[in-house]
Formats: sequence, structure tokens, C-alpha cells
Amino acid sequence: MSQADTTPVRQAASGLHRFANPARFARLSSRILPWSAGLAGALMLLGLLLALLVVPPDYQQGESVRIMYVHVPAAWMALFCYVFLAAASAVGLIWRHPLADLTAKATAPVGALFTFAALVTGSLWGKPMWGTWWVWDARLTSVLILFFLYLGYMALWQAIDDGAKAARAAAILALVGVVNVPIIKFSVEWWNTLHQPASVLRLDGPTIDASMLWPLLVMALGFKAYFVTVLLLRLRTELAERRLRAFRRRALAEG
Amino acid sequence: MKALAVIVYRDLLLAARQGSATLLVLAFFVITVTLFPLGLGPAPGVLALAAPGVLWVAALLSALIALDRLFQADLEDGSLEQIALSGLPLELVVLAKAAAHWLSTGLPLVAVSPLLALTLNLPADGYLALIAAMLLGTPALSLIGSIGAALTANLRRGGVLLSLLVLPLYLPVLIFGVLTVEAAVSELAVRPYLLIMLAGFCGAVALAPWATAAALRLALE
Repeated sequence: MSQADTTPVRQAASGLHRFANPARFARLSSRILPWSAGLAGALMLLGLLLALLVVPPDYQQGESVRIMYVHVPAAWMALFCYVFLAAASAVGLIWRHPLADLTAKATAPVGALFTFAALVTGSLWGKPMWGTWWVWDARLTSVLILFFLYLGYMALWQAIDDGAKAARAAAILALVGVVNVPIIKFSVEWWNTLHQPASVLRLDGPTIDASMLWPLLVMALGFKAYFVTVLLLRLRTELAERRLRAFRRRALAEG
Repeated sequence: MKALAVIVYRDLLLAARQGSATLLVLAFFVITVTLFPLGLGPAPGVLALAAPGVLWVAALLSALIALDRLFQADLEDGSLEQIALSGLPLELVVLAKAAAHWLSTGLPLVAVSPLLALTLNLPADGYLALIAAMLLGTPALSLIGSIGAALTANLRRGGVLLSLLVLPLYLPVLIFGVLTVEAAVSELAVRPYLLIMLAGFCGAVALAPWATAAALRLALE
């Protein structure tokens, strides 16, 4: 036998593939969960207190500007979740990491709810500000399309029985829908919209005052920590369901 | 090249022999457009304002009708597998099948739309823009729809899921198609909108076959 044949048969899992082991993932997630949950709760509480009590009323909008502290972080999370979902889908398609597909599957409902929250809080904010619950401008329409993309993604997972095939089909769909994300982000610059243009994530720097910006960032971080918490919980549930199904199959085969 | 022409010819022959696809799509288009004057009332001013939107929405829905059998028929009788094994790049096969789909369903829609626009009182300036926009938009609809058709090819009730998956992706075509016709009617510059429609068409031709081919490979496993 030549030298090349004496390589060890079982190579230690490298890089992120270490975490594909469900037991290791369960241990890691149970260490992270209390911290992320606590951080989420603390940051959101702090953010809400700042938003409701400390932030000065806007010179134009008065007190109703405080809805911004829920609406904007929710909208940021809606976009972030879709990009995260698409990235996880790409990782799943290219590197076939088992947890990547599950991560994408677990992110979708969270992202859909954030999108819905952004639409609803935006509508509630729009009534006093713009005089209308809804308007078909570029930003609102493209966020509504994002909501439908999330729903279609979740529906495709549900429709295909084979888990691996469902994962790959949904991954293809997610990557096709990524086109919508830059449209949403730049819609307020490319079109004449009722929705205001970007005040925070701009090339020239934020135009919003610091006293109003910091609570916004606190809320955004709190939402992120919340997302991490919910994602880890969903992943643990998904892995537990898989073990349950495996046990059931084994029991049926033996019994 | 010749092999692709054979695929297009085969699909068109099948569509012609099975007869119903083109006529079904046209009938659906006409009936859907007829629903709107009955619903909105016959006032010519109202219909003229609504005409671009009504025509485009009906075209979108009609394009969905024939989509679910695009790959399903070939998948069921095994010919899709043979085509995939034949060594032809699957992406080009997708282009060929989408072209045949457009020739048998999209092109008739474009041909009939000016007649229906007449019944909706579309002002005279809009007709040329309508035909041009539809000629650019309907192939994009066939191509984008092929992604959804491939993803739902081996599902039992894939038709409804197909609509949910594909309609959000159709919305830009709808929005810009209507804007093109409305610009022509208001005697504004039509060229920017037509260029956007052309860009959408080019993007669909370049990108959709990759996604569709990946979904077909998945379906064939």
C-alpha cells in the first residue's frame, strides 16, 4: 500500500461542521441561551424606557415619534432576517452543512413576524403622520412583497415531504427572492415615496440627533438578541423533533 | 442548437395536439378582463383609467394558468429525465421550454390584448406601448414562472403554491408594465419604462434558467 492510502478514515470535523453534531449544538446553545435571553430582555426594557421617558418629543411629530423605536428596529430585523435566511440557504446549498438548512427554516417565521410588526406599526404611525393607514408607495409595497416571500418560503417547506429536498427547494426560492432586498433598501432613494428617506444607514452618516439615535440602537440590539434567542430555541426544537421521529421510526420497525 | 430547436418544436407540437392550452389561456384572459367592467361599472372614463392595470393583472393571472404543466407532464412520463441525461445543458433546455411556453401562451395574450384594450376604452396613444411592454414582459413572466413551476413540479396540488411563490416575483413586471402604458397615455416619455422592461427581460433570460435548472435537478433526484 502506498503512503496515500494510510490517511485516517475518520477525520475530525473541521470548522463549523463541528456544530452539526446535535449533542454538541445542544450543549453550546444551552450555554448561550440564558445570556441571549437575558440580554434581549434587558436591552428591550432599557430601550423602551428610554424611548418612552427619556427621548425628547420630535419638533414636528410630537410624541407619536416614539413608535419609531419599535417600527424601525422591526423593519431592520425583517431585512436582516431575510438576508440571514438567504445566506444560510446558500451555505446549505454549497457546503451542505446540516444545520444551515434548519437555520434558514427557523429564521423564516421570525422574519415574517418582524415584517408584519413593521407593517402594522408603520400603519399605526402613518395614520397620525400621513393621514392614511396605507399608501402604495415603493417602500411599503416592497416590504409587503418581502412578507409574501417569507410566506411562500414557509409554504414550500410545508409542501414537500422529504426534508432534504424541501431544504434545497426552499434554498433556491430564498436565493431567487434576495433580489427584493436591495429594492427595499434603496426604494426610498430611487422613487418619489411618501416614506421618508434613510436617516441612519447612509453614506453621509446619520442625520438623526444622537439623543434619539442611541435608544434606537439599543432597541435594535435588543431585537437582535431576541432573534438569537428565538433562533436557538427553534433549532433545538427542530433537532428534538428529528430525534423523536427517528425513535418513532425505529420503534415501528422493531415493533 | 438544433437539439434546442427540437425541444421547442416538440413542446409546440404537444401544445397544438393537446389543443386546450392556448385556447384555455386566451379564454381565461378574456373572461378575467370581462369581469372588471362588470364589477367597476360601464362608465368609459373609469374603465379607461383602469385599463392598463386590468389588462396586466389579467395577463399575469393567465400566464399562471399554463405554468404548472410546464415541467410536470415531462416529469411524469420520464422524458424530462431523458432530456437531462442527454448531455444538453439543463439551463438551455429550460430556455427552450420557456420559449415554447411563451410562444403557445404569452404571444397569443399579446395578440389579443389590443382588442380587449378597445373594449376597455384605452386611449389611442396607449396601444403601441401596450404591445411593446407586453412583448417584453410576457417572456419574463414565462421565465420567472418556470422557477416556480420547477420547484412545485412533483407536488400534488402544486398549482396553488405555484401562484403564491411566483406572484411576488411577478410584481415588478406588473408595476413597470402598467407604468409604461400609463406613460404613453399621458403622453410622457415611454422610453425609460420600456428600457426597464427590457432590463427585466434580459435579467430573466440570464438568471432564471439557473434557478430553474437547479430546481429541476432537485426534482429529478
